[in-house]
Amino acid sequence: MATEVMAQAEESRTNYLTNGHTVKSWLLTLDHKRIGLLYLFSISIFFAIGGIYAALIRLELITPQGDLMTAETYNRVFTMHGVMMIFFFLIPSIPATLGNFLLPLMLGTKDVAFPRLNLLSWYVFMVGAILMLITIMSGGVDTGWTFYPPYSSIYSNSQVTLAGVSIFITGFSSILTGLNFMVTIHTMRAPGLTWFRLPLFVWAHYATSLIQVLGTPVVAITVLALAFERTLQIGIFDPKLGGDPVLFQHMFWFYSHPAVYIMIIPSMGVISELIANMTRKKVFGYHFVAFSSLAIAVFGFLVWGHHMFTSSQSMYAGMVFSLITYAVAIPSAIKTFNWTATIFKGSVSYDTPMIYALAFIGLFTIGGMTGLFLAALGLDVHLHDTYFVVAHFHYVMVGGAIIGYLGGLHFWWPKMTGRMYPEVWGRISAAIVFLGFNLTFFPQFIVGYLGMPRRYHAYVPEYQVWHILSTAGASLLAIGFIMPVVYLAWSLKYGEKAGDNPWMAAGLEWETSSPPPTENFTYQPVINHDAYEFENVKEIKEAAAKEAALQTA
Amino acid sequence: MSDHAAHVPGLAHHFVNMEQQKEAGTIGMWLFLLTEIMFFGGLFLAYTIYRAKYPDGFLQGSHLLSVPLGGLNTVVLIVSSLTMAMAVYYSQLGERKKLLGFLTLTLILGSVFLVVKYFEYAEKFQHHLFPAHWMYNPAADHPPTQYHGQVQVFLWIYFMMTGLHALHMIIGIGLLLVIMYMAHKGKFSKEYNSPVELFGLYWHFVDIVWIFLFPLLYLTGYHVGGGH
Amino acid sequence: MPEQASKFALEVDLFYIALWLMTIGVTIGIVIAIFVFMVKYKRRHNGEIPEQIEGAMVLEITWSVIPLIICIGIFAWGAKIYYQMYSEPKESLEIFVTGKQWMWRAQHPDGQREINTLHVPVGRRVKLTMTSEDVLHAYFIPAFRTKTDVVPGRYTTTWFEATKPGTYHIFCAEYCGTQHSGMIGTVTAMEPGEYQAWLGGGTNEPPAIVGERLFSSLACNTCHTADGKGRGPKLTELYGKQAKLNNGSSVTFDDTYIRESILDPAAKVVENYQVIMPSFRGQISEEQIGQVIAYLKSIGPKDGDAAAKPAATAAAKPAAAKPAPAATK
Repeated sequence: MATEVMAQAEESRTNYLTNGHTVKSWLLTLDHKRIGLLYLFSISIFFAIGGIYAALIRLELITPQGDLMTAETYNRVFTMHGVMMIFFFLIPSIPATLGNFLLPLMLGTKDVAFPRLNLLSWYVFMVGAILMLITIMSGGVDTGWTFYPPYSSIYSNSQVTLAGVSIFITGFSSILTGLNFMVTIHTMRAPGLTWFRLPLFVWAHYATSLIQVLGTPVVAITVLALAFERTLQIGIFDPKLGGDPVLFQHMFWFYSHPAVYIMIIPSMGVISELIANMTRKKVFGYHFVAFSSLAIAVFGFLVWGHHMFTSSQSMYAGMVFSLITYAVAIPSAIKTFNWTATIFKGSVSYDTPMIYALAFIGLFTIGGMTGLFLAALGLDVHLHDTYFVVAHFHYVMVGGAIIGYLGGLHFWWPKMTGRMYPEVWGRISAAIVFLGFNLTFFPQFIVGYLGMPRRYHAYVPEYQVWHILSTAGASLLAIGFIMPVVYLAWSLKYGEKAGDNPWMAAGLEWETSSPPPTENFTYQPVINHDAYEFENVKEIKEAAAKEAALQTA
Repeated sequence: MSDHAAHVPGLAHHFVNMEQQKEAGTIGMWLFLLTEIMFFGGLFLAYTIYRAKYPDGFLQGSHLLSVPLGGLNTVVLIVSSLTMAMAVYYSQLGERKKLLGFLTLTLILGSVFLVVKYFEYAEKFQHHLFPAHWMYNPAADHPPTQYHGQVQVFLWIYFMMTGLHALHMIIGIGLLLVIMYMAHKGKFSKEYNSPVELFGLYWHFVDIVWIFLFPLLYLTGYHVGGGH
Repeated sequence: MPEQASKFALEVDLFYIALWLMTIGVTIGIVIAIFVFMVKYKRRHNGEIPEQIEGAMVLEITWSVIPLIICIGIFAWGAKIYYQMYSEPKESLEIFVTGKQWMWRAQHPDGQREINTLHVPVGRRVKLTMTSEDVLHAYFIPAFRTKTDVVPGRYTTTWFEATKPGTYHIFCAEYCGTQHSGMIGTVTAMEPGEYQAWLGGGTNEPPAIVGERLFSSLACNTCHTADGKGRGPKLTELYGKQAKLNNGSSVTFDDTYIRESILDPAAKVVENYQVIMPSFRGQISEEQIGQVIAYLKSIGPKDGDAAAKPAATAAAKPAAAKPAPAATK
């Protein structure tokens, strides 16, 4: 018995990072935390690549003539920007990094249900990604990330087939991750951890996984069909061969609309955690926030036709899709109001994660509400395929998904690495990201309404002023994104030691050491209370006791 | 700690007990099948749309397929589902010999299916009925029809759906060999047999897909045309 | 705001402004709430645990139902405008547009043709019937607030009524390849008199006349005889009517059906006729198909609902003297 205790004490001193230092111990790891870090590392690289493309786009658009690069190059640049960012950064961003790292910790279990499958997902992802890098090196793709035929299947002279295969493969990584998470949430919860005691982060990931499992196969078969049409020249989507180009749009958006919820729902989960822990308050209306994630996921499958209001689909179909789209607005509004209400009478901290969380609420409100513009049929006719759309989805994807990701990364950084990031730098960079972001994308709403179509290499001179503003904002935004890379890397070595629970946060993941041991917990956690019960947090109690002692002294 | 669990054979270290592991496996497999349904679903959607658009082409195309061969394969797969179900049954009883026997039968039937499929495909290639533009030339061997373009659409749907299905059969046979190897090594027992059971689910799913494909592709002519 | 130059423009702009007012109102409300809460409830000391609030059903219902009602209102407003935009106008000037990498061709009912420009009269409904020779395009006139995809293999339509003379942008809004951003042009809205003068400037024949010539040069008239005894059905007085098919269903003899029958004769065959017509795919361009359609329309029924009405504008053209007037519907 005594030796067992000793062994356990020994074990708690080695954490998941120190458990093996070889490259092999990383590449063959079955530990969900290490796999999360593998993803973190890989998607950071892809984000950088996508970011470079974004910079090229913004530089090109400073002048209306299209004089920095040729139209052919520009088309490849914006396509690769979209493809890298969506398939290789945004979709895996939160689920595959933070989700992988945190789900088993939050559920009080040793690992996800299928650790081998989890590692396989990363390898599949990397195979897809490497194929995409090969695609880039052999010239890239110029179809736009939407791959609309018949341009993509017959007319384009770029590497469409290769890119299609890459996305097909990457899709399986996403499916397997979603499947793994769903099974984990269903079967691996610690004793006493009932569904309504789960952190909202877990609910969000459940909803996300549902979309990944149900939606991704459809886009997989769609790009596969596209690749066949291109290589065999059979009439799947090309009308000259008897196919139907609008069918592609239906099948593509059946996945790709829910896919935007794959990107935003996990971020919403992160925000719920940040706001609760940074204000030390239970999330207002827990059940509503939890179910709104599921509602968004389910409704998300019924609204794909709102991408096609001008595509010659029937007018009445358009009306149905528009109406259902508004149904998605309601759960999003519920979340926003509940988060705001959570801050009410809280104990508000001004630390970096909270700044990101507040930025998220503001930007997501604008991003979400401009979605109402686009869902409005008569208005969308004018706005469709203009920069207004570009601005809208960047408000949701960057202002929502990436801001949430950065907030979550800062919040759980001490848990992942055992070190604190420099707080002052964190706040400064968060502020720069917020300002740079708005300066980049708000002008695009205006120029979009003025009529600037998206995917334009050259444009009419009257739009120039808005593009200059946007490019100026983009340079600021770039600084805001580079700063965290530098100071987070710095903190790995020089950061202050974090301790187990630097935020005095509630949640199972904060009850184990930082960084956690390989098996996450040295004991089997048993849960007997709801999420976000701050009176159970040992660190707060200690701090209160200390303060009380000071008062009496 | 649940260290005692590590002594149970077949239990992975991160599960608390056998039930949890089995439940995870079962839910995982059902979710995977859900994914598969959506995967094939895209093609079923394309089938529905193009059949409505080109009823005559589908009628003509359907007549190019061999109902006897397709019917034979349907029977083969249904029987293989039965043998698979028996294999699962005996794995639960822990009877290794009978388990292996029925797995072997399933393997044979699965292979028969693929061999028949091979002959069907080969016949199509011979007659230039593969829809790729450089090969497709139905007039070469078949009486000319006005529906060339439409038949081509039918044929790509046929090749894509049955090809994807055949791919699933090939993967299934690969997995089956692994299961047989494990069974041969005596890995399964009354207590631990979920791989057999989960594989069974997969096998039945692939069969069911075929049960849909056969009437939709082979028998269309016997519906739309009012019997030919 | 982009220039308002069509009937839709004002309506769309009003809607747009209303939505922005709402968005800004809600955003400012939330931001103010956040700031007030942040300052007021700033963490005072490290050990504090605020009073916990579980939630409030009344509030949840309030902030679900009110947005829902607002959303339904927005939906209705948007749907109303959309309905107007995509309902066929009763009487209009019909212009045939083809998109092709990377140019816009237009042909007026009087035969006047133009590339990358479009001349339209002010104060008259103009309907564009569009198709593409290759990939997807979209015809976008920001000043008119209209946009419709131009899809290969089918016809799409859009309409507008210009209200202000001037020159405005045409953009291709659906990505169509390398020179996508060069697929732009101008639409010139002119006073009706000027428009007539502009039409008179050309020497083109009306599409219906060209179509009639195509109808005989492609030997359509050898089977589709006017007496109805040919190997193909008689096509006079048919446009806009229902035709019965050999599989029991019926189809409207309209632009889409005519186009399909020229390119894919076997797709829908009229009752009691054999499939002997060859496909004209590759022998006839989209523009020529449009001309054949214009011809068939001009020999369509002269009365009743689907009747082609003689074009008022045709009077200015010498071609109008011919027996088959350039039809505009």
